[in-house]
Amino acid sequence: MSTIDNHARPRLVRGVRLRWDDVRKQHWLLVPEGALQLNSTAAAILALCNGERTLSAIATELEKQYQGENLIEDVRHLLSRISKRGLLIIEM
Amino acid sequence: MTIYRPLSLIAELTYRCPLRCPYCSNPLNYGDNQYRQELSTEDWLRVIHQASNLGVLQLGLTGGEPLLRKDLELLVAAAAKAQLYTTLITAATLLTPERATQLRDAGLDHVQISIQDSRAAESDYIAGSRCFEQKLEAARLVKALGLPLTLNFVLHRQNLDRIEEILELCEVLKADRVELANTQYYGWAYRNRDVLLPTREQLKRADAAVAAARERNICPMGILYVLPDYYEDYPKACMGGWGHLALVVAPNGDVLPCQAATSIPELEFVNVRNHSLDWIWFESPAFNRFRGTEWMPEPCQSCDRRGVDFGGCRCQALLLTNNAATTDPVCHLSPHHHLITTVTKQANQENLNSPPPLVYRSMSKSQFIAADRQQAGTGDWGLGIGH
Repeated sequence: MSTIDNHARPRLVRGVRLRWDDVRKQHWLLVPEGALQLNSTAAAILALCNGERTLSAIATELEKQYQGENLIEDVRHLLSRISKRGLLIIEM
Repeated sequence: MTIYRPLSLIAELTYRCPLRCPYCSNPLNYGDNQYRQELSTEDWLRVIHQASNLGVLQLGLTGGEPLLRKDLELLVAAAAKAQLYTTLITAATLLTPERATQLRDAGLDHVQISIQDSRAAESDYIAGSRCFEQKLEAARLVKALGLPLTLNFVLHRQNLDRIEEILELCEVLKADRVELANTQYYGWAYRNRDVLLPTREQLKRADAAVAAARERNICPMGILYVLPDYYEDYPKACMGGWGHLALVVAPNGDVLPCQAATSIPELEFVNVRNHSLDWIWFESPAFNRFRGTEWMPEPCQSCDRRGVDFGGCRCQALLLTNNAATTDPVCHLSPHHHLITTVTKQANQENLNSPPPLVYRSMSKSQFIAADRQQAGTGDWGLGIGH
């Protein structure tokens, strides 16, 4: 599949949920018959995916949160992986 | 040994069901009185609360037929409040628009609907009930309400020839996800093994059909395809390991490491009415009996895969070798592997066209088995039935 464009507006498909697990102190993405462990960066990225923020905007927001630079490729990479599992909708 | 916390709770809300599938995972003695004393709403709410504290993230609401419980919406709401991801695992014949809407509004995350074949007559034949059209309608309803839909087809000798049609039906119904699970042979399915075990030819064809469907990307969340373990060289990691990832609560409140575990006579199961889920998971003898690798005999004990497949399935080991602590005979390294190869050889020789009659699950048969078992004190009724 082609890479996600900077202007794309991703959001999680319906029926998929981000979950902070206070028992294991761990972020998860809960999906039908499964659970994906997320590190805090991945969780932060997915939390920003509301179907309105563009990929660029998500990266900018993340850079602010983490005081980092040039995170857009990391964001694109994570979202591609999530998208390949059918868990993401890309609004254009 | 580190004992991990479970990710999933399988809540068997009832063993009652309008269908009569010959491979049902409910125990042969499901009609026994003890299972008709079902847990109350309060009991289940407490279980849900305890499961959440234990670390469970995924709740499977199943049975029998979970829609037969009038308190289902209450349980879904409580689970949603505890942030558990809820899946309704249902035959869906009782899924009305009203109930479906209520369940969605209560916070249900996901619905899994079983369909028995691609065509009405064939599907109804396996289900033992005229229900095919209702299932399709229910699938459309779930999609219309915006819930993700998994379609589950139990595959076997009698429907594998229609694998392409089955996949086409999944596409037509716009399933988000598909589970194609070749049946496993315990309990009812073991009684029907001759009718259900597929040929190698059928499985080869199914492999190709599934590969093609994956290529076409018919389902966004993918197709889960599980081979019958009789045809594998190594056993499955049953339940992801004994007392490792999941636990089952039966309708009467007994807590089990797996749905077939009551077939193992040496085990005593603890009830949620008497103990906390926490204690049961970490401390109860039944959960610790086959946990980890220390209990394993050879060849498992020295095997590189002991932490991968955990020696396979205890219930299957018991059923086929009379001993729950042996290597699962499915493993080609098991000294009992000939028990499997004899059966698969026979399955590939026999004529496909005239299957023996199905033994449908039924309350009367089940109660007979329950009474019989009480007298004889034996385990699974499948033992010693000339196969």
